[in-house]
Amino acid sequence: MSTTSQHSDAAVADIEAERAGQQRFDEIIAADSRIEPRDWMPAGYRKTLVRQISQHAHSEIIGMQPEANWITRAPSLKRKMILMAKVQDEAGHGLYLYSAAETLGTSREEMVQQLLSGKAKYSSIFNYPARSWADVGAIGWLVDGAAIQNQVPLCRASYAPYGRAMVRVCKEESFHQRQGWEILLELSNGTPEQKQMAQDAVNRFYGPALQMFGPPDDDSPNSQQSMAWNIKRFSNDELRQRFVDMIVPQAEALGLTLPDPDLKWNEERGHYDFGELDWDEFMSVIKGNGPCNVQRMQHRREAHENGAWVREAAAAYAEKQARRQQDAADAHLIGA
Amino acid sequence: MTESLNASWPLWEVFVRSSRGLSHVHAGSLHAPDATMALRNARDLYTRRNEGTSVWVMPSDSISSSDPDSKGGFFESPQGKDFRHATYYTKSEGVKHL
Ligand SMILES: [Fe+2]
Ligand SMILES: [Fe+2]
Repeated sequence: MSTTSQHSDAAVADIEAERAGQQRFDEIIAADSRIEPRDWMPAGYRKTLVRQISQHAHSEIIGMQPEANWITRAPSLKRKMILMAKVQDEAGHGLYLYSAAETLGTSREEMVQQLLSGKAKYSSIFNYPARSWADVGAIGWLVDGAAIQNQVPLCRASYAPYGRAMVRVCKEESFHQRQGWEILLELSNGTPEQKQMAQDAVNRFYGPALQMFGPPDDDSPNSQQSMAWNIKRFSNDELRQRFVDMIVPQAEALGLTLPDPDLKWNEERGHYDFGELDWDEFMSVIKGNGPCNVQRMQHRREAHENGAWVREAAAAYAEKQARRQQDAADAHLIGA
Repeated sequence: MTESLNASWPLWEVFVRSSRGLSHVHAGSLHAPDATMALRNARDLYTRRNEGTSVWVMPSDSISSSDPDSKGGFFESPQGKDFRHATYYTKSEGVKHL
């Protein structure tokens, strides 16, 4: 058999395997079942997931910063402990998600480098500052609240490791949202100045929180494919609408208002109508011009560099122990 | 140098026993330089809310698994052997405790 025909035999076998793989993949998706790491999957599916899951992980990691900024200034020991637990949870969420992304064949180191080099994106909400203690409340209620709205359907994402990570994340998130809401409730029931501080925080975070669901459906070209792959279950606008419907009564219970003059109940639709969001600002923040983009990246790089000696020491220790064990085993062999 | 050291940390699979009497169940994975650190990290990452009374870690590359592509062949034998299930035997219907 000539080399050329061997090549073409191999090529034919590849095409065949590809076709069988695609067919099996399509069947699994059509049955709304789950894809596991070692299953065949289309290159685009893998690429989309790596991008989405790693961006999600980066968002959890960068998302620690606005609130961690308040740990030393929390108004009581109880609040300090709660806030530390929440920020620690966010680190955990980042790690669950990096692990899920790694099952797709992209290394942790590569993802971390993409974040540090500024090549990878993270949720633009974290480029806004936490200016007051009330902002910590608004972030928990609105930002974690919007995240939950996004993440609950992701528990059923077709890529199984992503879904499993989201189940863990969602279990932990509900405390984040409630503790934030309670911070605002306490302030709202406090002095007029405290109530005003809570209202200011809500005024600043309302719009950016609604934008966490991404651009309007008409401007979100990749959503269709993600929905066809059962990664995404609801469109950006659907999720945004659910979120608005959820927070209006929650704001009323707080005794605070939402900064949107167009917000009103629409009897016919059975939903709240709300005003146009500032998408120019959204795009500008994504492009790097938000109030804290530079600061967030700089802080992450410094944290990574400052932790280098710990990683080096741990690796050196592990290596030494492994060598000692090996030496002991060798000595034992010689002795015997 | 730092980065290559970090990259060489192996991946560990984490198994957590949620309470006495139950099996250890796979919880997820993590990177750590050695088994001691893997256990500590697993405790911090997977048992922050009393999820565990015991944790196992093992290097991911020491796990052997069945080939997902040969699923049919590998797991074929139970097919057509319904008689291994109690539901196959229906004549005792109405007879108690059987
Ligand atoms: Fe989170
Ligand atoms: Fe959270």
